[in-house]
Amino acid sequence: MLAVRVIQEQGVLVEGVNFFTGFCVEGHTHAIRKKDQQKQKRNNALWVAEQLGIKLHIEDISEEYKDIVLNPQHGYGAHLNPCLDCKIFMVGKANAMLNKARQIAEEKGFDFIITGEVIGQRPKSQRKETMPLIARESGADDRLVRPLCAKLLPATLPEREGWLDREKLYDFNGRNRKPQMALAEKFGLLDYAQPAGGCCFLTDENYSRKLADLWQSQGRKDYELDDIMLLKVGRHIRPAPHYKLIVSREEGENNFMSGYKKQFHSVRFISHGGPLTLVDGSPSDDELLYAARIAARFSQGRDAESVQVEIQNKSGVGKVIDITPVHADDIAPSWYV
Amino acid sequence: MAESNLDTRGLLCPMPVIKTQNAIRKLQPGDVLTVLASDPGVLHDIPAWCRINGHKVLNQQQQDREIQIQIEVCDS
Repeated sequence: MLAVRVIQEQGVLVEGVNFFTGFCVEGHTHAIRKKDQQKQKRNNALWVAEQLGIKLHIEDISEEYKDIVLNPQHGYGAHLNPCLDCKIFMVGKANAMLNKARQIAEEKGFDFIITGEVIGQRPKSQRKETMPLIARESGADDRLVRPLCAKLLPATLPEREGWLDREKLYDFNGRNRKPQMALAEKFGLLDYAQPAGGCCFLTDENYSRKLADLWQSQGRKDYELDDIMLLKVGRHIRPAPHYKLIVSREEGENNFMSGYKKQFHSVRFISHGGPLTLVDGSPSDDELLYAARIAARFSQGRDAESVQVEIQNKSGVGKVIDITPVHADDIAPSWYV
Repeated sequence: MAESNLDTRGLLCPMPVIKTQNAIRKLQPGDVLTVLASDPGVLHDIPAWCRINGHKVLNQQQQDREIQIQIEVCDS
């Protein structure tokens, strides 16, 4: 937001690009969890674009992005976050869009890319050494400008050509956000996303653990969009390597997960209130019954002698059955993913 | 003027917005696109996307879990 505003200040027309990877925190989480429904349901990228008066292109890169998550050339960060590869990929995509736009309509084409990167702000991807690496490997080269720390980097093409006045760019450095916040205030930008807030599930320890568990259970590193969506919801309990329960935690998750009943075995409670539970993998009939007994532990009938449930297979064929919930001690702590 | 429909039911934001954007890229000014959705997030996101990209929301309504938004494509 701030980088765009700095460039707009020099009279340059800016348009935004926002990439959807499937791991974005906002949007889906707001829609799913009831406890989050009080939060403002705004898409931050759209909101920022509107505040700045710029057009925004939202691009779905979720399929191509798989390769970045599965095979990061520069490795992962603290969790399964491939931040440096991600940045190279996204700048590269923006560069391809820029080149394509210049080919299609020369007069309406764009000349360079800007990002809000600041040297030293992030331990993995925003270091002095990674700045030229991102520019080079993305293909953007010296058409990539970082307005917030440009004075600490060699002059780029827009600066050398005089399209941008280097003196009016900045030399921010390090993790301290105070200079950026002061500049935002100068521009009258008082409402903005958390300065150090993560916007990607891959930087979340719990989420990364669930993703690693998915890969281990499959015996290979791969995922579908539905897999990574479901890792965002419910309690994940794996009693055995070949099957896992996803137990809804609230009504919003129930609604979201009910859309997946045709792809998984499911357990629905009849005699008592209880969470919709999906069973992923290939459980035997006995294991499916045991999964229902585990799920019953999270129902209002947890202490009842008998709870009636409907167990449905992927084809939608269900059977109503009475079960006894397992005891709390029967669920090994190690089963919680 | 052509009228067309886009069904995004079952998708969560931002996918309905992306599909709306991609559908509108193929339409002409004056065309009308009706988007069906189930994620309440679209009630904020699609009008916001239309405002910043210069298109006009003609009508939006929600009945139970089904949402319908009618957009006129403008020359932007």
